[in-house]
Amino acid sequence: MIKFQYVSKIYSHKTAALDNVSFEVKEKEFVSIVGKSGSGKTTLFKLILAEERPSNGRIFFDSQEVQKIKTKELPFLRRKIGAVFQDYKLIHSKTAYENIAYAMEVIGASDKEVKKDVAEVLEIVGLTGKANNFPIELSGGEKQRVAIARALIHRPEVILADEPTGNLDPYNALEIIRLLLKINKSGTTVFLATHNKTIINSLEKRVITLQDGKLIRDEEKGRFIL
Amino acid sequence: MITLIKRILKSGWKNFSREKSLIVANIFILVLAISTLTSLFILKDASQFLISSIEEKVDISVYFKLEASEEDILKVKDDVAKIPEVKEVKYISQEEALVSFTNKHKEDLVLMQSLDEVGVNPFSASLNIRAFEASQYQAIADFFNSSTLTNLVEKVDYYKRKPVIDKIFTFVSSMNMLGIAFSLLLIIIAVSIAFNTIRLAIYSSREEIKIQRLVGASNWFIRGPFLVQGAICGFFAFLICLVLFSLLSWIFGPKTEFLFPGFNLLTFFLVNFWTIVFIQLASGVGLGVLSSLFAVRKHLKI
Repeated sequence: MIKFQYVSKIYSHKTAALDNVSFEVKEKEFVSIVGKSGSGKTTLFKLILAEERPSNGRIFFDSQEVQKIKTKELPFLRRKIGAVFQDYKLIHSKTAYENIAYAMEVIGASDKEVKKDVAEVLEIVGLTGKANNFPIELSGGEKQRVAIARALIHRPEVILADEPTGNLDPYNALEIIRLLLKINKSGTTVFLATHNKTIINSLEKRVITLQDGKLIRDEEKGRFIL
Repeated sequence: MITLIKRILKSGWKNFSREKSLIVANIFILVLAISTLTSLFILKDASQFLISSIEEKVDISVYFKLEASEEDILKVKDDVAKIPEVKEVKYISQEEALVSFTNKHKEDLVLMQSLDEVGVNPFSASLNIRAFEASQYQAIADFFNSSTLTNLVEKVDYYKRKPVIDKIFTFVSSMNMLGIAFSLLLIIIAVSIAFNTIRLAIYSSREEIKIQRLVGASNWFIRGPFLVQGAICGFFAFLICLVLFSLLSWIFGPKTEFLFPGFNLLTFFLVNFWTIVFIQLASGVGLGVLSSLFAVRKHLKI
Protein backbone atom coordinates (compact mmCIF):
# COMPACT_ATOMS: atom_id res chain seq x y z
CA MET A 1 0.00 0.00 0.00
CA ILE A 2 2.77 2.45 0.97
CA LYS A 3 6.21 1.81 -0.42
CA PHE A 4 9.43 3.78 0.14
CA GLN A 5 12.30 3.01 -2.26
CA TYR A 6 15.69 4.46 -1.28
CA VAL A 7 14.09 7.71 -0.17
CA SER A 8 16.20 10.62 1.04
CA LYS A 9 15.11 14.09 2.05
CA ILE A 10 17.77 16.72 2.40
CA TYR A 11 16.67 20.14 3.69
CA SER A 12 20.09 21.76 3.39
CA HIS A 13 23.53 20.56 2.34
CA LYS A 14 24.30 19.44 5.89
CA THR A 15 20.99 18.04 7.12
CA ALA A 16 19.47 14.85 5.77
CA ALA A 17 16.07 14.39 7.41
CA LEU A 18 15.77 10.96 5.76
CA ASP A 19 18.68 8.97 4.38
CA ASN A 20 18.12 6.16 1.87
CA VAL A 21 15.02 4.75 3.57
CA SER A 22 13.19 1.75 2.09
CA PHE A 23 10.22 -0.18 3.50
CA GLU A 24 6.70 -1.25 2.64
CA VAL A 25 3.46 -1.07 4.59
CA LYS A 26 0.75 -3.54 3.62
CA GLU A 27 -3.01 -3.14 3.77
CA LYS A 28 -4.65 -3.43 7.25
CA GLU A 29 -1.25 -3.36 8.96
CA PHE A 30 -0.62 -1.44 12.21
CA VAL A 31 2.91 -0.08 11.93
CA SER A 32 4.64 2.07 14.51
CA ILE A 33 7.57 4.22 13.64
CA VAL A 34 9.84 5.23 16.49
CA GLY A 35 12.82 7.45 16.88
CA LYS A 36 14.12 10.42 18.83
CA SER A 37 12.99 13.94 17.99
CA GLY A 38 14.55 14.90 14.68
CA SER A 39 14.99 11.31 13.53
CA GLY A 40 12.77 11.92 10.48
CA LYS A 41 9.32 10.58 11.55
CA THR A 42 7.39 13.74 10.69
CA THR A 43 9.30 14.17 7.42
CA LEU A 44 8.31 10.63 6.46
CA PHE A 45 4.61 11.46 6.96
CA LYS A 46 4.98 14.75 5.10
CA LEU A 47 6.40 12.84 2.14
CA ILE A 48 3.45 10.42 2.12
CA LEU A 49 1.01 13.37 2.17
CA ALA A 50 3.07 15.07 -0.57
CA GLU A 51 3.46 18.05 1.70
CA GLU A 52 7.17 17.70 0.88
CA ARG A 53 8.91 16.16 -2.12
CA PRO A 54 11.77 13.64 -1.69
CA SER A 55 15.28 14.69 -2.71
CA ASN A 56 15.99 11.13 -3.93
CA GLY A 57 14.11 7.87 -4.24
CA ARG A 58 10.49 7.02 -4.96
CA ILE A 59 7.35 6.81 -2.83
CA PHE A 60 4.32 4.80 -3.90
CA PHE A 61 0.79 4.94 -2.56
CA ASP A 62 -1.47 2.24 -4.02
CA SER A 63 1.11 1.79 -6.82
CA GLN A 64 0.83 5.52 -7.68
CA GLU A 65 4.12 7.43 -7.51
CA VAL A 66 3.40 10.23 -5.06
CA GLN A 67 5.93 12.81 -6.30
CA LYS A 68 4.57 12.54 -9.83
CA ILE A 69 1.05 13.61 -8.79
CA LYS A 70 0.18 17.12 -10.01
CA THR A 71 -0.67 19.76 -7.38
CA LYS A 72 -4.30 19.99 -8.47
CA GLU A 73 -4.67 16.20 -8.20
CA LEU A 74 -3.18 16.01 -4.70
CA PRO A 75 -6.58 16.33 -2.96
CA PHE A 76 -7.54 12.92 -4.41
CA LEU A 77 -4.47 11.30 -2.80
CA ARG A 78 -5.05 13.07 0.50
CA ARG A 79 -8.68 11.97 0.63
CA LYS A 80 -7.40 8.36 0.83
CA ILE A 81 -5.37 9.28 3.90
CA GLY A 82 -6.57 10.37 7.32
CA ALA A 83 -3.88 12.39 9.06
CA VAL A 84 -3.60 13.02 12.80
CA PHE A 85 -1.01 15.57 13.84
CA GLN A 86 0.72 16.20 17.15
CA ASP A 87 -0.43 19.83 17.08
CA TYR A 88 -3.95 18.66 16.08
CA LYS A 89 -4.17 21.03 13.08
CA LEU A 90 -7.84 21.83 13.69
CA ILE A 91 -9.49 24.74 11.90
CA HIS A 92 -9.96 27.29 14.68
CA SER A 93 -12.86 29.12 13.07
CA LYS A 94 -14.92 25.91 12.90
CA THR A 95 -16.62 23.98 15.69
CA ALA A 96 -15.68 20.36 16.51
CA TYR A 97 -18.69 19.22 14.45
CA GLU A 98 -17.69 21.41 11.47
CA ASN A 99 -14.04 20.29 11.63
CA ILE A 100 -15.10 16.65 11.38
CA ALA A 101 -17.81 17.35 8.79
CA TYR A 102 -15.28 19.22 6.63
CA ALA A 103 -13.45 15.98 5.73
CA MET A 104 -16.74 14.57 4.41
CA GLU A 105 -17.79 17.77 2.66
CA VAL A 106 -14.58 17.87 0.62
CA ILE A 107 -15.33 14.43 -0.82
CA GLY A 108 -18.83 15.59 -1.77
CA ALA A 109 -20.85 13.55 0.72
CA SER A 110 -24.51 14.53 0.98
CA ASP A 111 -25.79 16.59 3.93
CA LYS A 112 -27.71 13.58 5.17
CA GLU A 113 -24.60 11.38 5.17
CA VAL A 114 -22.54 14.10 6.86
CA LYS A 115 -25.12 14.54 9.61
CA LYS A 116 -25.41 10.80 10.26
CA ASP A 117 -21.70 9.96 10.13
CA VAL A 118 -20.49 12.94 12.17
CA ALA A 119 -22.96 12.08 14.93
CA GLU A 120 -21.72 8.47 14.90
CA VAL A 121 -18.03 9.40 14.95
CA LEU A 122 -18.57 11.97 17.69
CA GLU A 123 -20.09 9.19 19.74
CA ILE A 124 -17.15 6.85 19.00
CA VAL A 125 -14.63 9.46 20.20
CA GLY A 126 -16.90 10.42 23.12
CA LEU A 127 -17.43 14.04 22.14
CA THR A 128 -21.16 14.21 21.45
CA GLY A 129 -21.58 16.89 24.09
CA LYS A 130 -18.79 19.03 22.67
CA ALA A 131 -19.95 19.09 19.04
CA ASN A 132 -20.59 22.82 19.02
CA ASN A 133 -17.43 23.81 20.87
CA PHE A 134 -14.63 25.59 19.05
CA PRO A 135 -11.10 24.07 19.34
CA ILE A 136 -10.09 26.83 21.75
CA GLU A 137 -12.80 25.58 24.15
CA LEU A 138 -11.51 21.97 24.12
CA SER A 139 -8.76 20.27 26.17
CA GLY A 140 -5.71 18.71 24.49
CA GLY A 141 -7.22 15.22 24.65
CA GLU A 142 -10.52 16.42 23.23
CA LYS A 143 -8.78 18.24 20.39
CA GLN A 144 -6.83 15.10 19.55
CA ARG A 145 -10.04 13.06 19.52
CA VAL A 146 -11.61 15.58 17.15
CA ALA A 147 -8.53 15.26 14.92
CA ILE A 148 -8.86 11.46 14.95
CA ALA A 149 -12.57 11.70 14.24
CA ARG A 150 -11.79 13.96 11.27
CA ALA A 151 -9.12 11.54 10.08
CA LEU A 152 -11.38 8.48 10.09
CA ILE A 153 -14.83 9.84 9.18
CA HIS A 154 -14.40 9.55 5.41
CA ARG A 155 -13.18 5.95 5.79
CA PRO A 156 -9.65 6.49 4.46
CA GLU A 157 -7.45 3.61 3.36
CA VAL A 158 -4.76 4.59 5.83
CA ILE A 159 -4.44 6.71 8.96
CA LEU A 160 -1.17 8.53 9.58
CA ALA A 161 -0.90 9.46 13.25
CA ASP A 162 2.09 11.66 14.00
CA GLU A 163 2.74 11.74 17.75
CA PRO A 164 -0.98 11.74 18.52
CA THR A 165 -0.29 11.25 22.22
CA GLY A 166 2.60 13.72 22.45
CA ASN A 167 0.65 16.43 24.26
CA LEU A 168 -1.61 14.16 26.31
CA ASP A 169 -1.60 12.76 29.84
CA PRO A 170 -1.17 8.94 30.16
CA TYR A 171 -4.92 8.36 30.54
CA ASN A 172 -5.84 10.29 27.38
CA ALA A 173 -2.85 8.81 25.53
CA LEU A 174 -4.13 5.29 26.25
CA GLU A 175 -7.63 6.26 25.08
CA ILE A 176 -6.24 7.51 21.77
CA ILE A 177 -4.20 4.34 21.20
CA ARG A 178 -7.26 2.17 21.98
CA LEU A 179 -9.17 4.18 19.39
CA LEU A 180 -6.45 3.66 16.76
CA LEU A 181 -6.43 -0.10 17.46
CA LYS A 182 -10.20 -0.17 17.05
CA ILE A 183 -9.90 1.63 13.72
CA ASN A 184 -7.21 -0.83 12.59
CA LYS A 185 -9.41 -3.76 13.59
CA SER A 186 -12.11 -2.43 11.29
CA GLY A 187 -9.68 -2.80 8.36
CA THR A 188 -7.93 0.56 8.12
CA THR A 189 -4.14 0.63 7.87
CA VAL A 190 -2.63 2.61 10.73
CA PHE A 191 0.81 4.19 10.60
CA LEU A 192 1.72 5.57 14.03
CA ALA A 193 4.75 7.70 14.82
CA THR A 194 5.62 8.06 18.48
CA HIS A 195 8.47 8.14 20.98
CA ASN A 196 6.30 6.77 23.76
CA LYS A 197 8.09 3.60 24.91
CA THR A 198 5.21 2.27 27.04
CA ILE A 199 2.75 2.48 24.18
CA ILE A 200 5.05 0.78 21.67
CA ASN A 201 5.93 -2.07 24.04
CA SER A 202 2.28 -2.67 24.90
CA LEU A 203 1.14 -2.79 21.26
CA GLU A 204 3.22 -5.80 20.16
CA LYS A 205 2.90 -4.73 16.49
CA ARG A 206 5.41 -4.03 13.72
CA VAL A 207 7.96 -1.35 14.67
CA ILE A 208 10.23 0.62 12.32
CA THR A 209 13.06 2.47 14.08
CA LEU A 210 14.64 5.59 12.65
CA GLN A 211 17.87 7.17 13.80
CA ASP A 212 19.33 10.33 12.28
CA GLY A 213 17.18 9.81 9.21
CA LYS A 214 18.29 6.20 8.67
CA LEU A 215 16.10 3.12 9.05
CA ILE A 216 18.03 1.05 11.58
CA ARG A 217 15.45 -1.59 12.50
CA ASP A 218 12.21 -3.03 11.10
CA GLU A 219 10.69 -5.81 13.25
CA GLU A 220 7.37 -7.63 13.40
CA LYS A 221 6.10 -7.41 17.03
CA GLY A 222 8.94 -5.04 17.73
CA ARG A 223 9.86 -3.16 20.89
CA PHE A 224 11.03 0.35 21.61
CA ILE A 225 14.82 0.12 21.48
CA LEU A 226 16.91 3.27 20.96
CA MET B 1 -22.21 20.89 -7.96
CA ILE B 2 -25.22 22.52 -6.27
CA THR B 3 -24.15 21.00 -2.94
CA LEU B 4 -20.63 22.35 -3.48
CA ILE B 5 -21.89 25.87 -4.26
CA LYS B 6 -24.28 25.73 -1.30
CA ARG B 7 -21.44 24.69 1.03
CA ILE B 8 -19.12 27.40 -0.29
CA LEU B 9 -21.80 30.08 0.21
CA LYS B 10 -22.66 28.78 3.68
CA SER B 11 -19.02 28.60 4.72
CA GLY B 12 -18.32 32.10 3.34
CA TRP B 13 -21.24 33.52 5.30
CA LYS B 14 -20.14 31.70 8.49
CA ASN B 15 -16.59 33.03 8.18
CA PHE B 16 -18.04 36.49 7.63
CA SER B 17 -20.21 36.34 10.72
CA ARG B 18 -17.51 34.81 12.95
CA GLU B 19 -14.43 36.88 12.22
CA LYS B 20 -15.91 40.20 13.26
CA SER B 21 -12.79 42.26 13.95
CA LEU B 22 -11.14 41.33 10.63
CA ILE B 23 -14.39 41.88 8.76
CA VAL B 24 -14.90 45.33 10.30
CA ALA B 25 -11.35 46.30 9.24
CA ASN B 26 -11.93 44.98 5.71
CA ILE B 27 -15.26 46.79 5.34
CA PHE B 28 -13.77 50.03 6.68
CA ILE B 29 -10.94 49.93 4.14
CA LEU B 30 -13.33 49.04 1.32
CA VAL B 31 -15.57 51.96 2.33
CA LEU B 32 -12.53 54.26 2.01
CA ALA B 33 -11.64 52.82 -1.41
CA ILE B 34 -15.23 53.04 -2.73
CA SER B 35 -15.62 56.57 -1.33
CA THR B 36 -12.41 57.62 -3.13
CA LEU B 37 -13.67 56.22 -6.44
CA THR B 38 -17.13 57.79 -6.02
CA SER B 39 -15.59 61.15 -5.05
CA LEU B 40 -13.40 61.04 -8.15
CA PHE B 41 -16.45 60.34 -10.30
CA ILE B 42 -18.29 63.33 -8.79
CA LEU B 43 -15.23 65.61 -8.89
CA LYS B 44 -14.59 64.69 -12.52
CA ASP B 45 -18.03 66.02 -13.43
CA ALA B 46 -17.78 69.04 -11.15
CA SER B 47 -14.38 70.03 -12.60
CA GLN B 48 -15.68 69.41 -16.12
CA PHE B 49 -18.51 71.75 -15.28
CA LEU B 50 -16.04 74.38 -14.01
CA ILE B 51 -13.81 74.02 -17.08
CA SER B 52 -16.81 74.34 -19.42
CA SER B 53 -17.94 77.50 -17.68
CA ILE B 54 -14.42 78.99 -18.09
CA GLU B 55 -14.38 77.95 -21.76
CA GLU B 56 -17.81 79.53 -22.26
CA LYS B 57 -16.37 82.89 -21.26
CA VAL B 58 -13.75 82.87 -24.01
CA ASP B 59 -14.59 84.34 -27.43
CA ILE B 60 -13.17 86.72 -30.07
CA SER B 61 -14.78 89.79 -31.59
CA VAL B 62 -14.49 90.99 -35.18
CA TYR B 63 -15.20 94.72 -35.62
CA PHE B 64 -16.38 96.01 -38.99
CA LYS B 65 -15.65 99.32 -40.64
CA LEU B 66 -18.37 101.99 -40.13
CA GLU B 67 -19.11 102.05 -43.81
CA ALA B 68 -19.73 98.27 -43.98
CA SER B 69 -23.39 97.55 -44.62
CA GLU B 70 -25.46 95.34 -42.35
CA GLU B 71 -26.25 93.14 -45.34
CA ASP B 72 -22.54 92.49 -45.99
CA ILE B 73 -21.87 91.81 -42.34
CA LEU B 74 -24.76 89.32 -42.11
CA LYS B 75 -23.41 87.60 -45.22
CA VAL B 76 -20.02 87.30 -43.51
CA LYS B 77 -21.82 85.98 -40.42
CA ASP B 78 -23.42 83.22 -42.49
CA ASP B 79 -20.06 82.33 -44.00
CA VAL B 80 -18.39 82.23 -40.57
CA ALA B 81 -21.15 80.01 -39.18
CA LYS B 82 -20.26 77.46 -41.85
CA ILE B 83 -16.65 77.11 -40.57
CA PRO B 84 -16.53 73.73 -38.78
CA GLU B 85 -14.46 75.12 -35.88
CA VAL B 86 -17.09 77.75 -35.05
CA LYS B 87 -19.46 76.88 -32.25
CA GLU B 88 -21.49 80.10 -32.15
CA VAL B 89 -21.62 83.48 -33.96
CA LYS B 90 -23.50 86.48 -32.64
CA TYR B 91 -24.09 89.68 -34.59
CA ILE B 92 -23.99 92.95 -32.60
CA SER B 93 -25.24 95.92 -34.60
CA GLN B 94 -23.97 99.48 -34.13
CA GLU B 95 -27.18 100.33 -32.22
CA GLU B 96 -26.84 97.34 -29.91
CA ALA B 97 -23.21 98.25 -29.25
CA LEU B 98 -24.27 101.80 -28.35
CA VAL B 99 -27.05 100.60 -26.03
CA SER B 100 -24.72 98.15 -24.37
CA PHE B 101 -22.06 100.85 -23.84
CA THR B 102 -24.61 103.33 -22.51
CA ASN B 103 -26.06 100.80 -20.08
CA LYS B 104 -22.64 99.85 -18.87
CA HIS B 105 -21.33 103.40 -18.35
CA LYS B 106 -24.48 105.38 -17.57
CA GLU B 107 -23.07 106.33 -14.12
CA ASP B 108 -19.94 107.81 -15.73
CA LEU B 109 -21.06 111.34 -16.57
CA VAL B 110 -17.80 112.35 -18.31
CA LEU B 111 -18.08 109.43 -20.72
CA MET B 112 -21.76 110.11 -21.38
CA GLN B 113 -21.02 113.81 -22.04
CA SER B 114 -18.21 112.89 -24.44
CA LEU B 115 -20.58 110.56 -26.30
CA ASP B 116 -23.12 113.36 -26.63
CA GLU B 117 -20.44 115.71 -27.96
CA VAL B 118 -19.44 113.23 -30.69
CA GLY B 119 -23.02 113.48 -31.94
CA VAL B 120 -23.02 110.25 -33.99
CA ASN B 121 -22.82 106.56 -33.04
CA PRO B 122 -19.05 105.86 -32.99
CA PHE B 123 -19.38 102.11 -32.40
CA SER B 124 -18.70 99.53 -35.04
CA ALA B 125 -20.92 96.56 -35.70
CA SER B 126 -19.23 93.34 -34.67
CA LEU B 127 -19.42 89.55 -34.65
CA ASN B 128 -18.81 87.64 -31.41
CA ILE B 129 -17.42 84.25 -32.30
CA ARG B 130 -16.99 81.24 -30.05
CA ALA B 131 -14.94 78.22 -31.15
CA PHE B 132 -15.14 74.64 -29.90
CA GLU B 133 -11.49 74.66 -28.82
CA ALA B 134 -8.88 77.31 -28.04
CA SER B 135 -6.54 76.11 -30.74
CA GLN B 136 -9.22 76.86 -33.35
CA TYR B 137 -9.31 80.64 -32.78
CA GLN B 138 -6.17 81.12 -34.90
CA ALA B 139 -7.88 79.52 -37.91
CA ILE B 140 -10.95 81.75 -37.44
CA ALA B 141 -8.77 84.87 -37.16
CA ASP B 142 -6.94 83.83 -40.35
CA PHE B 143 -10.29 83.64 -42.16
CA PHE B 144 -10.80 87.38 -41.57
CA ASN B 145 -7.33 88.20 -42.83
CA SER B 146 -8.26 86.95 -46.27
CA SER B 147 -8.09 89.62 -49.03
CA THR B 148 -11.83 89.60 -49.69
CA LEU B 149 -12.68 90.67 -46.16
CA THR B 150 -9.96 93.21 -45.38
CA ASN B 151 -12.04 96.02 -46.93
CA LEU B 152 -14.90 95.23 -44.48
CA VAL B 153 -13.05 94.31 -41.27
CA GLU B 154 -11.69 97.01 -38.99
CA LYS B 155 -9.95 94.72 -36.54
CA VAL B 156 -9.97 91.23 -35.03
CA ASP B 157 -9.32 91.33 -31.30
CA TYR B 158 -7.92 87.81 -31.26
CA TYR B 159 -4.30 88.98 -31.34
CA LYS B 160 -4.89 91.20 -28.29
CA ARG B 161 -6.69 88.41 -26.41
CA LYS B 162 -4.43 85.60 -27.63
CA PRO B 163 -2.09 85.53 -24.57
CA VAL B 164 -5.08 85.42 -22.19
CA ILE B 165 -6.87 82.74 -24.25
CA ASP B 166 -3.68 80.67 -24.42
CA LYS B 167 -3.14 81.02 -20.68
CA ILE B 168 -6.71 79.97 -19.89
CA PHE B 169 -6.51 76.93 -22.12
CA THR B 170 -3.04 75.94 -20.93
CA PHE B 171 -4.45 76.11 -17.41
CA VAL B 172 -7.51 74.07 -18.38
CA SER B 173 -5.44 71.45 -20.15
CA SER B 174 -2.97 71.28 -17.23
CA MET B 175 -5.89 70.90 -14.83
CA ASN B 176 -7.24 68.05 -16.95
CA MET B 177 -3.85 66.30 -17.00
CA LEU B 178 -3.31 66.89 -13.28
CA GLY B 179 -6.82 65.65 -12.55
CA ILE B 180 -6.22 62.42 -14.48
CA ALA B 181 -2.82 61.85 -12.83
CA PHE B 182 -4.17 62.64 -9.36
CA SER B 183 -7.22 60.41 -9.93
CA LEU B 184 -5.00 57.53 -11.11
CA LEU B 185 -2.75 57.96 -8.10
CA LEU B 186 -5.71 57.97 -5.72
CA ILE B 187 -7.23 54.91 -7.42
CA ILE B 188 -3.90 53.03 -7.15
CA ILE B 189 -3.53 53.98 -3.46
CA ALA B 190 -7.13 53.05 -2.62
CA VAL B 191 -6.95 49.72 -4.46
CA SER B 192 -3.53 48.86 -2.98
CA ILE B 193 -4.68 49.58 0.57
CA ALA B 194 -7.84 47.51 0.11
CA PHE B 195 -5.90 44.66 -1.52
CA ASN B 196 -3.22 44.61 1.18
CA THR B 197 -5.72 44.72 4.04
CA ILE B 198 -7.58 41.72 2.62
CA ARG B 199 -4.26 40.01 1.89
CA LEU B 200 -3.21 40.44 5.53
CA ALA B 201 -6.57 39.14 6.74
CA ILE B 202 -6.16 36.04 4.57
CA TYR B 203 -2.50 35.71 5.58
CA SER B 204 -3.71 35.18 9.14
CA SER B 205 -5.73 32.21 7.80
CA ARG B 206 -2.77 30.63 5.98
CA GLU B 207 -2.48 27.81 8.53
CA GLU B 208 -6.18 26.97 8.10
CA ILE B 209 -5.75 26.96 4.32
CA LYS B 210 -2.83 24.56 4.72
CA ILE B 211 -4.92 22.28 6.94
CA GLN B 212 -7.75 22.33 4.40
CA ARG B 213 -5.31 21.29 1.68
CA LEU B 214 -3.96 18.45 3.84
CA VAL B 215 -7.48 17.22 4.58
CA GLY B 216 -8.00 16.88 0.83
CA ALA B 217 -10.00 19.97 -0.07
CA SER B 218 -9.78 21.12 -3.69
CA ASN B 219 -8.54 24.63 -4.42
CA TRP B 220 -12.03 25.89 -5.26
CA PHE B 221 -13.47 24.42 -2.08
CA ILE B 222 -10.87 26.42 -0.10
CA ARG B 223 -10.90 29.54 -2.26
CA GLY B 224 -14.70 29.77 -2.59
CA PRO B 225 -15.60 30.81 0.97
CA PHE B 226 -12.90 33.52 0.91
CA LEU B 227 -14.35 34.89 -2.33
CA VAL B 228 -17.86 34.83 -0.85
CA GLN B 229 -16.55 36.56 2.27
CA GLY B 230 -14.84 39.20 0.10
CA ALA B 231 -18.03 39.73 -1.89
CA ILE B 232 -20.11 40.13 1.27
CA CYS B 233 -17.59 42.63 2.69
CA GLY B 234 -17.74 44.54 -0.61
CA PHE B 235 -21.54 44.49 -0.57
CA PHE B 236 -21.75 45.86 2.97
CA ALA B 237 -19.13 48.51 2.14
CA PHE B 238 -21.27 49.46 -0.91
CA LEU B 239 -24.39 49.83 1.26
CA ILE B 240 -22.51 52.03 3.75
CA CYS B 241 -21.10 54.20 0.95
CA LEU B 242 -24.48 54.58 -0.74
CA VAL B 243 -26.10 55.75 2.50
CA LEU B 244 -23.10 58.01 3.22
CA PHE B 245 -23.12 59.69 -0.20
CA SER B 246 -26.92 60.02 -0.19
CA LEU B 247 -26.73 61.86 3.14
CA LEU B 248 -23.79 64.04 2.02
CA SER B 249 -25.56 64.96 -1.23
CA TRP B 250 -28.74 65.79 0.65
CA ILE B 251 -26.95 67.91 3.27
CA PHE B 252 -24.36 69.63 1.06
CA GLY B 253 -26.21 69.58 -2.31
CA PRO B 254 -27.48 73.18 -2.28
CA LYS B 255 -24.18 74.43 -0.80
CA THR B 256 -22.15 73.09 -3.72
CA GLU B 257 -23.85 75.69 -5.93
CA PHE B 258 -21.81 78.37 -4.16
CA LEU B 259 -18.61 76.61 -5.18
CA PHE B 260 -19.67 75.57 -8.65
CA PRO B 261 -22.47 77.87 -9.88
CA GLY B 262 -25.08 75.81 -11.69
CA PHE B 263 -23.79 72.52 -10.21
CA ASN B 264 -25.93 70.93 -7.49
CA LEU B 265 -24.52 67.78 -5.87
CA LEU B 266 -27.97 66.45 -4.94
CA THR B 267 -29.26 66.88 -8.51
CA PHE B 268 -26.09 65.28 -9.87
CA PHE B 269 -26.47 62.39 -7.40
CA LEU B 270 -30.11 61.81 -8.35
CA VAL B 271 -29.46 62.06 -12.10
CA ASN B 272 -26.49 59.68 -11.91
CA PHE B 273 -27.92 57.45 -9.16
CA TRP B 274 -27.70 54.16 -11.06
CA THR B 275 -24.21 54.94 -12.38
CA ILE B 276 -23.07 55.65 -8.82
CA VAL B 277 -24.74 52.43 -7.60
CA PHE B 278 -22.89 50.53 -10.34
CA ILE B 279 -19.52 52.14 -9.56
CA GLN B 280 -19.87 51.48 -5.83
CA LEU B 281 -21.21 47.93 -6.13
CA ALA B 282 -18.73 46.90 -8.81
CA SER B 283 -15.74 48.44 -7.04
CA GLY B 284 -16.76 47.06 -3.61
CA VAL B 285 -17.60 43.52 -4.65
CA GLY B 286 -14.88 43.49 -7.33
CA LEU B 287 -12.16 44.62 -4.94
CA GLY B 288 -13.32 42.19 -2.25
CA VAL B 289 -13.44 39.21 -4.60
CA LEU B 290 -10.29 39.95 -6.63
CA SER B 291 -8.18 40.75 -3.56
CA SER B 292 -9.31 37.48 -1.95
CA LEU B 293 -8.63 35.56 -5.15
CA PHE B 294 -5.03 36.78 -5.42
CA ALA B 295 -4.36 36.57 -1.68
CA VAL B 296 -5.56 32.95 -1.33
CA ARG B 297 -3.71 31.77 -4.42
CA LYS B 298 -0.37 32.22 -2.71
CA HIS B 299 -1.28 29.78 0.07
CA LEU B 300 -2.68 27.02 -2.14
CA LYS B 301 0.65 25.78 -3.41
CA ILE B 302 1.10 23.10 -0.74
